Amino acid sequence: MTDLYRTVRLIRRFEERAIEFVRSGEIVGGIHPYVGQEGIAAGVCAALGPDDVITSTHRGHGHVLARGANPARMLAELMGRESGLNKGRGGSMHAADFSLGILGANAIVGAAGSIATGAAWAARQQGRDTVAATFFGDGAMNEGMLLEAFNLAALWQVPVVFVCENNGYATTMPVASAIAGSITDRARAFGIPAFTVDGQDPEKVLEATSTAVARARAGKGPTFLECVTYRFDAHHTFEHRTRLSYRSTEEITTGRSRCPVEIQGARLTAADRAAVDAEVESLLEAAAGIALGSAHPDPAAALSYLYAGEI
Amino acid sequence: MPKLSYLKALNRALSDELERDSAVFVLGEDIRAAASNVTAGLHARFGDDRVLDTPLSEQAFTNFATGAALMGMRPVIEFQIPSLLFLVFEQIANQAHKFSLMTGGQCKVPVTYVVPGSGSRTGWAGQHSDHPYSLFAHVGVKTVVPATPADAYGLLVTAIRDDDPVVFFAPAPALGVREDVDFAALAPVPLGVGRVARAGDDVTVVALGHLLHDALAVADELAGRISVEVFDPRTVYPLDVAGLVASVQKTGRLVVIDDSNRTSGFAAEVLAVVAENCTLTAPPHRVTRPNGAVLPFALALDRAVQPGRDQLLAALLEMS
Ligand SMILES: Cc1ncc(C[n+]2csc(CCOP(=O)(O)OP(=O)(O)O)c2C)c(N)n1
Ligand SMILES: [Mg+2]
Repeated sequence: MTDLYRTVRLIRRFEERAIEFVRSGEIVGGIHPYVGQEGIAAGVCAALGPDDVITSTHRGHGHVLARGANPARMLAELMGRESGLNKGRGGSMHAADFSLGILGANAIVGAAGSIATGAAWAARQQGRDTVAATFFGDGAMNEGMLLEAFNLAALWQVPVVFVCENNGYATTMPVASAIAGSITDRARAFGIPAFTVDGQDPEKVLEATSTAVARARAGKGPTFLECVTYRFDAHHTFEHRTRLSYRSTEEITTGRSRCPVEIQGARLTAADRAAVDAEVESLLEAAAGIALGSAHPDPAAALSYLYAGEI
Repeated sequence: MPKLSYLKALNRALSDELERDSAVFVLGEDIRAAASNVTAGLHARFGDDRVLDTPLSEQAFTNFATGAALMGMRPVIEFQIPSLLFLVFEQIANQAHKFSLMTGGQCKVPVTYVVPGSGSRTGWAGQHSDHPYSLFAHVGVKTVVPATPADAYGLLVTAIRDDDPVVFFAPAPALGVREDVDFAALAPVPLGVGRVARAGDDVTVVALGHLLHDALAVADELAGRISVEVFDPRTVYPLDVAGLVASVQKTGRLVVIDDSNRTSGFAAEVLAVVAENCTLTAPPHRVTRPNGAVLPFALALDRAVQPGRDQLLAALLEMS
């Protein structure tokens, strides 16, 4: 209970700080804020074990942090520093930490589902008990490659959990204008059990994911979770400068009224909550200090790591 | 010495690597039944999981292979037709190729993409006859186009063992090539190392894949008149610059025969590298597909668009 709260709170405050660093120019290129969707990353990752793997998206900070990535190294990555998770070579949309089974955030919508499917299949071949959880948005449900991945995963009973974060929009495109039929029915068409979950409640997400993970470990193949959520902030921080009108003020107010941090926070005593908040603040304060103090990569090494070795 | 065909060499390389390393598996369409013959006998020997027949889902199974590679496997994908590489260009150029750099070297993506029957298959028309190796070289994906059975074997083995993605083109007109080989001498061939297939003094002809055999035939025909050196780069990327430059520095003349479309094709790169490194005694010449070519169906039209012996011969005679 406290752990889930710590995670959603950490992600929320991390994102708020990251947005400030975008404004101050320390983070170049902006970010896709995860604010409002924290309950999904927290719930899903809490259901995973140490040998499990995840793939993430362009809106991926929450997934990476919930999986346990070091916030200082994550922040340093966003700032393009050598001490970043990816040594400053990936940035906001590509954070990865293979030591934690984070196989990378992916900037191509719908791409990671098939990568996660292959990873989980491979782990099974290797005799490991690994489950993959792969995050994607409602927009990805219209990418053929992801639908192909559903088929492969169902066909080969791959231990993968498909986590669709339905935040109502793909950039400015509302789900209702983009998706014929229903999201879960698409998964069911492949024989994949599919459930709609309240993505604002981390405990509900944890519960649903735990069932899905147990199913996958038992060799019963993939599960699909549609986690219904709302993006509180911009699609991308560029929207802070160019106000796009695609959501009404009333809709945004209603959407924000169910906040995962508040929902989970209300389950703690005021004292416990205050203690976690203080802990998160000092963690992030230290992280910001470390990240800001980290070296910038040497331009002479701009193409390091392009290949596995010298070519 | 026993004869080995190019196609059989591919089969042998796959079976040797499947045998040697349990991380290797092959996936693709109709590979269980071995429709292209490349995987003949492999399913019976290695089973469903190591010879994985896939549905027609190229984009997903190409990324699937990337995911498996991230976990330590060495997938080999067989693509049924060369144009499928256009369908999965994103998955190779933008995913598999970029993971290493983007993650700061945290992972490797040792996937091999094999296209048995690249280029014109004679009579298969526009959408089955492309030869897009220059595209992969351009984005920096390791790319090989072997000409001979021994090189096909050696380069496929190397590609599979390499820790980066490698695209392997097996030109359709080369699949039937046979040569005498000592099976015990079959060995890995390093990437980025070309080969002087025929020594000569007057002019260097750069040729790869099936066109190497045409170049050698033309060189034979000109023997006594023009001493032609034939250089087979074998790997398109990374290019064996040192080998190429050494040959052209000796001959001072260059003709490239290349089954790419002309603009920004492989031959253009060879000319550029030579221009940067050598002093030529005559302007260099390219024999290529025309700009932006689409291979027409009718046999005479198909042949009219492909680089061939007559054009090479004419180019060499004109230059001398
Ligand atoms: C294949 C692809 N198409 C378009 C884009 C540009 N793009 C980036 S995010 C995005 C919207 C994605 O929507 P969704 O999947 O619902 O995720 P969300 O942004 O809502 O989290 C688009 C169109 C992209 N990155 N990849
Ligand atoms: Mg969305």
